[in-house]
Amino acid sequence: MRIAVVATCLADALYPDVVIATVRLLERLGHQVVFPAEQTCCGQMHINTGYLKEAVPVVRHHVEVFADADFDVAVAPSGSCVGSVRHQHAMVARRVGDEALAVRAEALAARTYELSELLVDVLGVTDVGAYFPHRVTYHPTCHSLRMLRVGEKPLQLLRAVQGIDLVELPSSDSCCGFGGTFALKNSEVSTAMLADKMSSVLATKAEVCSAGDSSCLMHIGGGLSRLRTGVRTVHLAQILAATKESAIVQA
Amino acid sequence: MTRETMLATIRAATRDAVAIPNPQAYETHGEHAPGSEAVIDLLIDRLIDYKALVRRVPAADLVHEVSQALSPVQSVVIADGLPAELAAACAEGGRRVAVDGSPTVLTADDLDKIDAVVSGARVAIALTGTIILDGGADQGRRALSLVPDRHLVILHAAQIVETVPEGLALLNPTAPLTMISGPSATSDIELQRVEGVHGPRTLEVIIVDQI
Amino acid sequence: MSTYLGIPTRRHHDHPESPLRGSQTFPDAARTAVANPQLRRNLANATATIRAKRSMVVGELPDWEALRDSGSAIKSDVMARLPELLLQLEANVIARGGIVHWAADAAEANRIVTELIKATGADEVVKVKSMATQEIGLNEYLEEQGIAAFETDLAELIVQLGHDKPSHILVPAIHRNRSEVREIFLREMPDVPADLTDEPRVLAMAARAHLRRKFLTARVAVSGANFAIADTGTLVVVESEGNGRMCLTLPQTLITVMGIEKLLPTFADLEVFLQLLPRSSTGERMNPYTSLWTGVTPGDGPQEFHLVLLDNGRTNALADEMGRAALHCIRCSACLNVCPVYERAGGHAYGSVYPGPIGAILTPQLTGMDGHDDVNSTLPYASTLCGACFDACPVKIDIPTMLVELRGRAVDNDRGAPRPDGWAAAMKTMSWVMSDGKRFAAAEHGLKLGRLLAWRRGRITRLPFPLSAWTSSRDLPQPPEQTFRNWWKKNRGAGESE
Repeated sequence: MRIAVVATCLADALYPDVVIATVRLLERLGHQVVFPAEQTCCGQMHINTGYLKEAVPVVRHHVEVFADADFDVAVAPSGSCVGSVRHQHAMVARRVGDEALAVRAEALAARTYELSELLVDVLGVTDVGAYFPHRVTYHPTCHSLRMLRVGEKPLQLLRAVQGIDLVELPSSDSCCGFGGTFALKNSEVSTAMLADKMSSVLATKAEVCSAGDSSCLMHIGGGLSRLRTGVRTVHLAQILAATKESAIVQA
Repeated sequence: MTRETMLATIRAATRDAVAIPNPQAYETHGEHAPGSEAVIDLLIDRLIDYKALVRRVPAADLVHEVSQALSPVQSVVIADGLPAELAAACAEGGRRVAVDGSPTVLTADDLDKIDAVVSGARVAIALTGTIILDGGADQGRRALSLVPDRHLVILHAAQIVETVPEGLALLNPTAPLTMISGPSATSDIELQRVEGVHGPRTLEVIIVDQI
Repeated sequence: MSTYLGIPTRRHHDHPESPLRGSQTFPDAARTAVANPQLRRNLANATATIRAKRSMVVGELPDWEALRDSGSAIKSDVMARLPELLLQLEANVIARGGIVHWAADAAEANRIVTELIKATGADEVVKVKSMATQEIGLNEYLEEQGIAAFETDLAELIVQLGHDKPSHILVPAIHRNRSEVREIFLREMPDVPADLTDEPRVLAMAARAHLRRKFLTARVAVSGANFAIADTGTLVVVESEGNGRMCLTLPQTLITVMGIEKLLPTFADLEVFLQLLPRSSTGERMNPYTSLWTGVTPGDGPQEFHLVLLDNGRTNALADEMGRAALHCIRCSACLNVCPVYERAGGHAYGSVYPGPIGAILTPQLTGMDGHDDVNSTLPYASTLCGACFDACPVKIDIPTMLVELRGRAVDNDRGAPRPDGWAAAMKTMSWVMSDGKRFAAAEHGLKLGRLLAWRRGRITRLPFPLSAWTSSRDLPQPPEQTFRNWWKKNRGAGESE
């Protein structure tokens, strides 16, 4: 397939290894990857902070960049970005009365997938030939869990990884406390939630905490780092891209 | 006038409101018929679960069982529509029986001094362990089954249905209805459940089978 | 006078504290709550316990989702036909000997209730827990009018005797532990034994004894209602302790205050809601006692019945196509119990009798959001949008989507004179940057500066305000040597791979 990658603003700027891993993984599986270079951001930060009018140009830009590109499906290594594309873009457009943009947004959303959705549902694969000999616990991010309802897909993919020691995360469906600008506007509650999430991670004695969203990993990882826990965060894409020949590089 | 203004405001507010369709795909009937073995067993299970005293007796033994059940008490209140033989069972052993309304309507204080109330019921729902009173002649007014500390309910097997929808369908909506699913309880203090706050602290049920 | 850097800000009138509006912003109130170890422990225990119970009884019903679908549909039908259903309810209540009153706001409702009580000659009433009467501040108003209102729900009693405020819709005294309750009883209950222990059972029995006298002698009761059935005129009160039955049965006069949205079209609709409510709220198959009455039944229960229909801002929500669904709420509190924010901040932080996720969408609609100085403008932000509430809501209110919409309204309210804290300016700038690929790439160059901040440590540990809110508890990674798009340009060339 010809797969367009949505880098996401956060990963493009701060976690490029996540996107590089996504590209390498899909190429390894035999697909052609394209990167519409004018892309920027899905707009969820603006949308979720209430700046819905300011989100319109960002959404429009996203829709136009991808509408002009030639690909079969688009993939983002981010449950929250795909959640925004799928559930918010048309709403943002309609809110300012731009029905044409809404329709184009819906068409794009219909062929935009989160990574685990793409692999399992579209490409029909659960064993991607990965090798990652580490103790890993997986945090199902809220957008993946409740908005996209990816269900067991990420765990199916991880279970098939050679050498992995996958440990279930206690209270896994509790929100990590990131919530976008919530982490700043309500940093006290955000930190309190982070404390409990870290406590669950540490209880598993995992070396690595993984998830499908760089944003949540930035938050969880930021706390794990501050407390010098020695536990690192690695995105799902990076684990799946790792092979015996090329172990992942910490982003 | 507020009523007119409010209605006008509400009309204006709901002009564009559209209801979403109701698929009504939930269960309206259980797997088992009313009064069936499975349904009786389920009700008994629920009653025991919330620590009501339950007995299942053949019709021939009912009078005796009622008298037995009331042996710890000295006084009983009943409605005047309770079957005569049950009224007699209440009086056995020298127990004082007050019949509400015959001759006088009992006051709250009167009821407070009475140990137990014996009543029938309209219907019981097995799935939730719910007994429903409707103020019928064998139950009397609501205060009777509320103030005394012990409530003995006589239920016939045929009155027991499996599910909530089945139970509700049998009720007269405008009767004074009381649905009882356990002794009163509170978990307001540190979420620790304490049973028997207001309302009868002992609930006893005798299920009469058509044997 | 409030100024910022010498630039006069738009002055909003101060909002007095009311049952629907606190005196602090949510973040400020939450900061205090989060640091209270006892509150945290009580909340964590309470919500975890109820979550587990709810999970279990919901899991027992194979048709739970179908019930939710119907619950949601029935409530949307109620809103769509509210005028006709209210008239139908009124006619049916009157036909059975009840009297119906209409109250546009809290003040009017309080006046009506007071006059009704005074007409009986009583100077005290017993109350069944009612969120609607809390919302209008009825008890305080009655007290000013020389009428004593005695709460009879154990938790409401604890809150009342403790001169406190409820912190949860269902278990209002969850912020109190047993020894505090004991102290309150010893201090405020005249008839309580001096050797009262702090065992919950002993405390509950003390409350029973204290209240029994009141029940047996009360002449007037005030209640709320969980549901009102339009096609029969029947009112429904769902409870656990028996105080509801006492108040609804023994007094001569009953006054019920109810929000106009609490209707159901037909009696049969109860088959849905009497399954949804107990399982969602207390995590039981059925609550101990449910009382249903229609008007007046001669010789049984109150012989004088009044129904007060309350608006108090509900028509604001009703008129709002997006916000209307908040009125579907059946006050089960399931959303509170699954909310990670509520679990840590508690109910008081929301400043309203309606806290938690439902409170965050209902309260701002009832009161309006009067600009950035209105503390209620911070309520829609009291959420990470995790969606747990939506999954738990028995009537499928899409709380996360509504929160985003209300955030949009809060921002729109502010246009022209936003809070001078930099957010609006930053968002405008980011919008400009992120709507163009080249501008975005150029902005990414600025990240190189971040590498200086992380120099030697390999991580960023301190950032200036406002990003200090991040680094106060979390590190940030050192920005990478190259962005993804630069890697792509170098390694994959002109937009495609082999």
